[in-house]
Amino acid sequence: MDKTDRELLTQVAGLHEVPKGAYNIRKNSESAGRNSTANIQIISKEDKPGIDIKIAPGTKNESVHIPVIITETGINEMVYNDFYIGEDSDVLIVAGCGIHNAGDEESRHDGIHRFFVGKNAKVRYVEKHYGDGDGNGKRVMNPATELTMEENSVCEMEMVQIKGVDSTVRTMTADMGKNAKLTVTERLMTHGEQIARSDMVINLNGEGSSAQIVSRSVGKDRSEQVFNPVAVGNNGCRAHIQCDSIIMGDAKIRSIPEIAANHRDAQIVHEAAIGRINGDQLLKLQTLGLTAEEAENVIIDGFLK
Amino acid sequence: MLELKNLVFEVSDEKGKTVRILDDVSLTVPDGKFYVITGPNGGGKSTLARVIMGLEKPTSGKIIYNGVDITDMDVTEKAKLGIGYAFQQPPRFKGLTVSKMLSLAAGKTLNDKECCTYLAKVGLCSAEYVKRELDSSLSGGEMKRIEIATLMARNPELAIFDEPEAGIDLWSFAMLVETFKNMQKKGGRTTVIISHQERIMTLADEMVVIADGKIKSVGERDEMLPKLMREFSPRCVKTQD
Repeated sequence: MDKTDRELLTQVAGLHEVPKGAYNIRKNSESAGRNSTANIQIISKEDKPGIDIKIAPGTKNESVHIPVIITETGINEMVYNDFYIGEDSDVLIVAGCGIHNAGDEESRHDGIHRFFVGKNAKVRYVEKHYGDGDGNGKRVMNPATELTMEENSVCEMEMVQIKGVDSTVRTMTADMGKNAKLTVTERLMTHGEQIARSDMVINLNGEGSSAQIVSRSVGKDRSEQVFNPVAVGNNGCRAHIQCDSIIMGDAKIRSIPEIAANHRDAQIVHEAAIGRINGDQLLKLQTLGLTAEEAENVIIDGFLK
Repeated sequence: MLELKNLVFEVSDEKGKTVRILDDVSLTVPDGKFYVITGPNGGGKSTLARVIMGLEKPTSGKIIYNGVDITDMDVTEKAKLGIGYAFQQPPRFKGLTVSKMLSLAAGKTLNDKECCTYLAKVGLCSAEYVKRELDSSLSGGEMKRIEIATLMARNPELAIFDEPEAGIDLWSFAMLVETFKNMQKKGGRTTVIISHQERIMTLADEMVVIADGKIKSVGERDEMLPKLMREFSPRCVKTQD
């Protein structure tokens, strides 16, 4: 592992060394290390690129790291990863993709993650996307997430893209069973000429299911963002969608939260706000001795934390 | 020492007419003194505080701090010179925690215990506040008390509090008065408080009354306060049938 690999792994998975527990590191479309444990099996797919991650029922307090790094220019890959999370388990999954593109060709990672969350299982999923490298080649990531949640399952998803991804289209669908609970926190910053789009459809099918979608973004320079989260209540359920964006420079942001109820006991709320940094916020921090630029960074860091 | 020399602050109203908010204000605040500025609403008190901190630029006049002309300095430069200001209506920040704000004010990372020491001074004793965000989940009174704690954590040479009592409940107000009393006793720092509260006025070394953009009177508390109390005590007004 060289310096670039380590930098990317630190950015996307917080890893400074080979992780404990189960892991699969994918580098430039090849496996660069794998470990299965007694409870967590990682198996290569035979018919297409990707892996199956099988978590045994009752697995508690274990984690899986599956970072992807691309350091060569011109890579274009599509990966299919399936997660089978056994009943009554409680696990952490850390995914993420880092692209270092020093060349002139586009480097692109597309992935479809399918989650099958068993009854009473609890999963926390963290996905970070990051790009760097000074080549002219674009860094592109298009993640798709498909989530199937069984009765009483709990899923917390944290999706972060802070820097360096030129183009991203993320899609997510969730089908939720009885009393299933989903929290999605999306944090996004775009700069330069970057383009980001996020589409989500959350189907609250089971009675007592609940979802909270929080999207926070900062658009800088001439970047463009579009958010379209949709919550569909098909039973007695509760959902809350919140989209909050800070707009700077010449950025463009569209936020289209959408709610639909197909059942009289569905309670669904959405709120959306786009605005620039408030002048009083900057002044307040300046009275503490920060420069205007430092104040702006503190506000953005806090907002996206 | 802070010297204000012939400060004028003017704005244009909706019709483009010039309105004078501060009209030739001159005042000297010596080091280590506890000043209370009072006067009717709309008289120019808050504007004066904002002009001193640099949040507004005066139309004319000079601000001299420790012998240096700071009239044209920006807020950051003034803050670095040791001037601090607690907002009358502090802004809210999504995602920024109370501990982060107190740490930024103190200029170093404060641990939970240190944060609680400052919060306790404004009646927010519970440790739960440290991790709270300065967003709309906090009440106006809580925001205000955290704002005051922030200026205390900053501990500037010259601290300006803009109506610290506004929006604060009676119990917290009593706590705040005690805190200001301790600050006054301890000395060593210059404090300017804009206030309408008699209990805060009783702590003053010197009092200033501002109305219609002008300083109406300046003097020692013992001389000023009884006069003010007489002036503003309720009077019977004879009504005509």
